[in-house]
Amino acid sequence: MRHTGTFGRFGGFYVAEPLIPALEELESAWIEARDDPEFAGALAGLLRDYAGRPTPLYRSPALSEELGCAVYLKREDLLHGGAHKTNNTLGQGLLAARMGKTRLIAETGAGQHGVATAMIGARLGLDVKIFMGSLDVARQAPNVQRMKLFGAEVIPIDNGSGSLKDAINEAMRYWTEHIRDTFYVFGTAAGPHPYPSIVRDFQRVIGEEIHAQLHAAHGRGPTAVIACVGGGSNAIGAFARFIDEDTALIGVEPGGHGVDTGKHGATLGAGRAGCLHGSISYVLQDAHGQIHEAHSISAGLDYPGVGPEHAHLMASGRAEYISATDDEALDAFAWLSRREGILPALESSHAIAGARRIADRFGPDDVVVINLSGRGDKDLAHAMAALDAREAAR
Amino acid sequence: MRSADNRITAAVRARNAAGQGAFVPFLVIGDPDFETSLVLAKALVQAGADALELGFAFSDPPADGPVIQRADERALAAGITPPRAFDLIEALQKTHAIPVSLLVYYNLVLQFGVDAFYARAAAAGVDAVLVADLPPEHAADAVRAAKRHGVAPVFLASELSPPARLERIAALAEGYVYALARVGVTGEQRAIDPNLAAALERMRAATDLPLLAGFGIGGPAQALAARRAGADGVIVGSAIVRRVADHLDDRPAMIEAVRATAAALADAAHAPIEPKQKSPMPSGAVPC
Ligand SMILES: Cc1ncc(COP(=O)(O)O)c(C=O)c1O
Repeated sequence: MRHTGTFGRFGGFYVAEPLIPALEELESAWIEARDDPEFAGALAGLLRDYAGRPTPLYRSPALSEELGCAVYLKREDLLHGGAHKTNNTLGQGLLAARMGKTRLIAETGAGQHGVATAMIGARLGLDVKIFMGSLDVARQAPNVQRMKLFGAEVIPIDNGSGSLKDAINEAMRYWTEHIRDTFYVFGTAAGPHPYPSIVRDFQRVIGEEIHAQLHAAHGRGPTAVIACVGGGSNAIGAFARFIDEDTALIGVEPGGHGVDTGKHGATLGAGRAGCLHGSISYVLQDAHGQIHEAHSISAGLDYPGVGPEHAHLMASGRAEYISATDDEALDAFAWLSRREGILPALESSHAIAGARRIADRFGPDDVVVINLSGRGDKDLAHAMAALDAREAAR
Repeated sequence: MRSADNRITAAVRARNAAGQGAFVPFLVIGDPDFETSLVLAKALVQAGADALELGFAFSDPPADGPVIQRADERALAAGITPPRAFDLIEALQKTHAIPVSLLVYYNLVLQFGVDAFYARAAAAGVDAVLVADLPPEHAADAVRAAKRHGVAPVFLASELSPPARLERIAALAEGYVYALARVGVTGEQRAIDPNLAAALERMRAATDLPLLAGFGIGGPAQALAARRAGADGVIVGSAIVRRVADHLDDRPAMIEAVRATAAALADAAHAPIEPKQKSPMPSGAVPC
């Protein structure tokens, strides 16, 4: 390996020996592709013509009123596929093709990363297998249908909590068994090096566009950027451009039933440093190091780990991580729909809810950008049932 | 050479000196419960084990196939923890002086405290520790602690590990080298990997330590084949652990099935084989 992939005391590549040559091959391919104008050109072309970049930066009157300052939404919900995940899968898909791999595998929680992987697999003519926890298969049915239409095989995983962490374990096992012809398209900025860096680099376009668009529209950069954090890919993509600037970076983790109830996914807020899925980062775990199951109403945030760069940004004080509960996210889901006619993903609803929670921090001179990481169509059945149940309980 | 002091190294060398291979069966400590797994460990010793490889159950074991995953789940459900697992090894050592190697995942070591983990392992009578998800690049702390407490740090080597990597592994490893008999996760296979012999030759060029082949050895036939491919001994996990799963509602039958499976494997591992012919390099194999 040419780099250790560490962020402060976090990161690294903690995997069994058979995966090391595959990670080395991936690291070399990525380092070469990064500097290859042909690769950059092919990716930029796909992002523009196939996926619809740049996505708009939209000034939201409702949120501006709510927070008492200028609030913009970065509209990743309008990206082809319905979420930011496409930025990463187009990049990794092109990398896989360049490496001569014939099969793509991926884990998925909300199904957005699975859809985005199936999409590029269809576009490049590669075989695709998606590992998805059986709980998530049930709560994200429309995305399962989309993956199948795109030609992917969806493999439901019953192990453990039947959610994202179990899907990652199974994808890692499958990769270990089929290392020679298979490319693992990792969906978030976590996992072993080089994934956290690769995913950040492919998602960085979000923050680059925010910077350019906000300067054009408002003549300045943001005072704060707010994003939801599952594994951390949309957040690191939105943050990366601003890490060396004077912008507040605020991640919103899933508070589930409440961080003090133990039923949540607030890994940075309530976890401890540990080793999960190939890197050192914060982990929800018991005293002995057994991994806890996370809980969130949102499948895409239901993960007991988090990307190592976020762990470092928190430990170094550069970024701040707050949480929003299931209830607050549901409120935000309904509120943004009602006030703006924009249906946010339940994941992204956490970012909205987090921003509303800290509204009193902002003054009229502030310019806040919230990354609307995805659209909520996939969540309709699940969210409506939760809203109805809440109504009935009142 | 320090590694010669290690009880596992000595046990393997003693077998090899007699033209035999070593037999190292695997169990998950606490599967299906603490007391039964202690009885099972003793049954393995009686069946002819030269050393035991004992696993610490982990909630998320990505290097393990379904048989060992289920064993981890059973052990955790029955309340096993790393401190209790060390207690079991200590109890075993009181009655059976058998060399023990641990198989763990790194988070369990980290949460115990790296130095404290190796100190406790040494005190419990552990001879070697393999951390499945700890490659040599990140192993400095663990190797330092292992050496300080006289525990052999063990590493995996695979047929995909190029010679320079094997050198790096050999520079840190003590006790033995865990030679992966397949590229994949744990689980019984019908045939051993055809590339194993060439891989073992490359490993042999990098280290004087014994090479124990493990992952996928499904029964006596594969144990013999691994020996013929050049392994100094075999490590067998899923084939043993499956007998636990097969007899969860009948403890005597479980213990007997584990013992009988281990005895047949021990016979195969211990069978003297013709010294390996120096065969011409098969085409496609990477020269060492
Ligand atoms: C719309 C949306 N936002 C956010 C996430 C969370 O992932 P990450 O933290 O990697 O951005 C997901 C994951 O599925 C998602 O679908």
